[in-house]
Amino acid sequence: MAQLSSTLLYIAFILYLIGTFFFGGAIRDKKGKEKKEKDRWAQLGIMTTIIGFVSQLGYFITRWIAAGHAPVSNLFEFTTFFGMMLVAAFIVIYFIYKISILGLFTLPVALLVIAYASMFPREITPLIPALQSDWLHIHVTTAAAGEAILAVSFAAGLIYLVRVVDQSKPSKRTFWLEVVMFCLITTLGFVLVSTSFNLADYEAKFTWVDKNEQKSEVVYNMPALVGPHEGKLVKESADRFEPFVYMPAIINAKKLNTVIWSFIGGTVLYVLLRLVLRKRVAAALQPLVKNVNLDLTDEISYRAVAIGFPVFTLGALIFAMIWAQIAWTRFWGWDPKEVWALITWLFYAAFLHLRLSKGWHGEKSAWLAVIGFAIIMFNLVAVNLVIAGLHSYAGT
Amino acid sequence: MEHVKCECGHVNPHGTAFCESCGKPLEENTEKKLLDMRYEGSARRSQTYNKTIVDKIWAFFSSVKVGVALIVITLIASAIGTIFPQEMYIPPNVSPAEYYADQYGWAGKLYYKLGFNNLYGSWWYMLLIASIGVSLVICSLDRVIPLYRALKKQGVTRHPNFLRRQRLFSTSRVADVDDVFKQVKEKLAQRRYHIREENGNILAEKGRFSRWGPYVNHIGLIIFLIGAMLRFVPGMYVDEVLWIREGETKEIPGTHGKYFLKNEKFIFETYEKGKENEVFNAAIDRVGSGTVAKNYQTNVVLYKRVGPVVAGAEPKLKKIKEYKIRVNEPLKYDHYALYQVDFKQNEPYKMAFQLMDKTSKKSFGTVVIDLHNPKPSYNLGNGYRVELLSYFPDFYFDEDGNPSTKSKVPNNPAFVFKMLTPDKPKGEVSFVAIQQTIEPFGNNKYKMAFAGLETRNVSGLTVRRDFTLWILGVGGAIFMIGVVQGMYWNHRRIWLQRVNGEVWLAAHTNKNWFGLKNEIRRVIEGTGLAMPIDQAEEEKKAAQGGQAHGATK
Amino acid sequence: MKKQQRLVMRTVILLLLLAAVGYTIYSNFFTEKARVKVGSTAPDFVLTDLSGKQHRLSDYRGKGVFLNFWGTWCKPCEKEMPYINRQYSTYKKQGVEVLAVNVGETKLSVQKFVDRFGLTFPVMIDREDQVMNAYDVDRLPATFLIDKNGKVKKIITGTMTEEMVKQYMESIKP
Repeated sequence: MAQLSSTLLYIAFILYLIGTFFFGGAIRDKKGKEKKEKDRWAQLGIMTTIIGFVSQLGYFITRWIAAGHAPVSNLFEFTTFFGMMLVAAFIVIYFIYKISILGLFTLPVALLVIAYASMFPREITPLIPALQSDWLHIHVTTAAAGEAILAVSFAAGLIYLVRVVDQSKPSKRTFWLEVVMFCLITTLGFVLVSTSFNLADYEAKFTWVDKNEQKSEVVYNMPALVGPHEGKLVKESADRFEPFVYMPAIINAKKLNTVIWSFIGGTVLYVLLRLVLRKRVAAALQPLVKNVNLDLTDEISYRAVAIGFPVFTLGALIFAMIWAQIAWTRFWGWDPKEVWALITWLFYAAFLHLRLSKGWHGEKSAWLAVIGFAIIMFNLVAVNLVIAGLHSYAGT
Repeated sequence: MEHVKCECGHVNPHGTAFCESCGKPLEENTEKKLLDMRYEGSARRSQTYNKTIVDKIWAFFSSVKVGVALIVITLIASAIGTIFPQEMYIPPNVSPAEYYADQYGWAGKLYYKLGFNNLYGSWWYMLLIASIGVSLVICSLDRVIPLYRALKKQGVTRHPNFLRRQRLFSTSRVADVDDVFKQVKEKLAQRRYHIREENGNILAEKGRFSRWGPYVNHIGLIIFLIGAMLRFVPGMYVDEVLWIREGETKEIPGTHGKYFLKNEKFIFETYEKGKENEVFNAAIDRVGSGTVAKNYQTNVVLYKRVGPVVAGAEPKLKKIKEYKIRVNEPLKYDHYALYQVDFKQNEPYKMAFQLMDKTSKKSFGTVVIDLHNPKPSYNLGNGYRVELLSYFPDFYFDEDGNPSTKSKVPNNPAFVFKMLTPDKPKGEVSFVAIQQTIEPFGNNKYKMAFAGLETRNVSGLTVRRDFTLWILGVGGAIFMIGVVQGMYWNHRRIWLQRVNGEVWLAAHTNKNWFGLKNEIRRVIEGTGLAMPIDQAEEEKKAAQGGQAHGATK
Repeated sequence: MKKQQRLVMRTVILLLLLAAVGYTIYSNFFTEKARVKVGSTAPDFVLTDLSGKQHRLSDYRGKGVFLNFWGTWCKPCEKEMPYINRQYSTYKKQGVEVLAVNVGETKLSVQKFVDRFGLTFPVMIDREDQVMNAYDVDRLPATFLIDKNGKVKKIITGTMTEEMVKQYMESIKP
């Protein structure tokens, strides 16, 4: 069952990838191409996406059966589920608005999310006492659904920005848009670098001294550019790469090392892309979106927030509070994850007020959608991995 | 200049952007083609009177700009609070000043100096939240009343300038106007529009209640904040800790002596390889068998005190129920909830010693000491007796080098024994602690040899009673209703008017123009009416056209 | 006239909001959260002293009661015990009673302590923390001065000098 589950996830991943190319075909603008032909590409795209989604649903259900609890209990499971909800949200919105370009932007984000997820331990884990509750399913799934719908708003916002930002001369706007592109590429860099070293079975074991002056061991799966505090390679790893510097004890050197490698991977990819394209990444994408209806894109971005905000509130705040009252004796305890859910909520509340009362439409609204997604990703990635808290079991 | 009278005869409050009844723009400004339909052009009171200090404060909190600024400041402040752990999450036995400096260096020191270690409980953070609350009340009051007025007073027949300046607008000529109107009316009715007619003109409206969504959700938030505020009222909120050993019966703190609890047994289980579902094996292997917690549980009996409550008096208890308190499964009774939050395993309970001849290893009997109720003397018979001169349940040497105790908890018991035997009638004194024996008056013949330790577990339970929960629940529910009401429904209006033999069609929605356009398309299908043009889109296209043109030059 | 009305309305609403916020801030930062407050009636209790005699607080109406919570491990308690003992010998005749409540230690330890300092006032052990809970004692030593009407006159946390002990006993003399 567990094996079948992994296979289904793999199939889903491949199908999303194929779907992306189909949507690419649907928006390609060749002379003499009939509208009918374009529709056929789009149809192929959405069909593939739906089959992929069903396959991922199969992964979810079979894993649930195998484990006896909903597979949303660790970082891998949660992030994969987030990717699945992102695809689901896209499918729904596609049927409302029938816009192929949205697929070309949303599916790659979903692919990145799922690929990122699979860099974490993938075993089926038993539940610690705090997670043994039906609220695990209710709270986590609703919160992930809310965040996924909000992420669609990011995809639409990104399309909007790629379309409107003037690429003929460098400006603040082109810079920040490139930053967004760079972040997406760095995620890809992280996935590629981790996978490569994984396939090469790289392992380097260090002994080091932690901040409580205790000796411990740590295993690096990537060549150590930065070593742990007073780190020494153990005998069997003596031939491994010697770090350039050793970090003080309060810094988690292994994680920092991973971040540096991802950054290097991302930078290399980005530079290569720039060399091949001979222009900004966003500028290279611009022709793809030249036919989009800006008002409609803006509306999709806003509607995704309008639909996602209540779902997010329900899942990430209200259900969260109910469960926290049951499991942790208090509905609110200023745990970092809780605080970041509140920050996300406050941010989208500000977004809605600016849009509804201050008339921030179009480009301003699109930038806000991008920032909102950045906050969600920060909560997903940084708060789990960097800031320790009650939710930190999600990172192990 | 209290009121403005429109040519249609309706009297509008000062500051109104367009007439409440017919929609004629009152402040002609030709710069913008489209009317700003926010708040139906009604006069927001705060902006019109700014004389006294009260009015100024009112205007300040009524501003959305201020509201958004407060939200953003709160957001940033909250984020700062997550950089390092808050004081409530650091180990309780260290001084915060040292902890932050130790763990995070100068940054930690600064963090502590600025008071960020307790950010969410600080006066200024509370004041921020309170300001948001005040802003919520005033913003809502200031907008909902004029909006209600404007929507209630809106007329069916609108001024041509109002129609022309709507985002969706078209004019058409049809052969039989009455017939077209009849068809359209039927279709609109099918789509659940509420239709009003006047002089042969039509106003079709639906989903007006979604306009109240924002105010409903604000009410929910205000109720939520009131609930949070009431927590500080004495008696609304109980938060106590109860440490209870296996076998003990103790008063539950916070219940004013009304309830007692007996700890029957504490159970701690971990996931072990071989005992669990096989799919978990890989995960258990990675972290090690027996290291992941599976269950924390305290089996308890809840008692109620019968008769008058006098502290200290031996209570008469009536059994109420037995329960297994687990994480996620608190014991609830009479608004109190008892949670499993902590535990301590293997606390020393009883210690046994043998009185023994050091050389011959002959034993003269065993002394079992109840660490919570040691006796002053233990008689072993045959003239052998042990006196307990001193007892230190949590032994350490104090600053003066004297044996002393850190607390009343038997974490590290130590004893001063006097061993009285037939051959040493004056007795020998021996100080016995765990893995340590001192003979203060020279070499003894006898010793107290350790002969066994009985331990038991201690459960840490949290006692809660929170009378504000239902208020928070009501607030949360109203907020959700408001948000859904405002976000998932749209307020759509379609005007059909006869103007100089033409049919003018205009439409407005507060969001989802795409949906409105689709709906109009279906409604006017086959009637010969022209599909309204999206004037906002046209404007934008024109602007972009100009830009593109400029670029090619 | 309408403007006047509006001003009144606004003022009232703002004052209400201010009162709510003010109360919250005040009660959170400037009030003691203790259950037993100065001026309130001291919760009644019954405890048995080391000699087996029962003491009920309400039986001491008409006398001043110097109620002291202590533990053998608490160094400041150890320091102030002799002061209390000395002053007690004077004020006992003037209607001041000392009740020393040990916070649930073993009888053995308490007895040794009492013998060591030759304490003459009744010492009792609160075995199940009931009295401690009723008085919400969390730090030792804690002393409650109770007047002849059974009202709490003062709560002292932390150690006392002999002069302070004297003044306090003087203050609850009936």
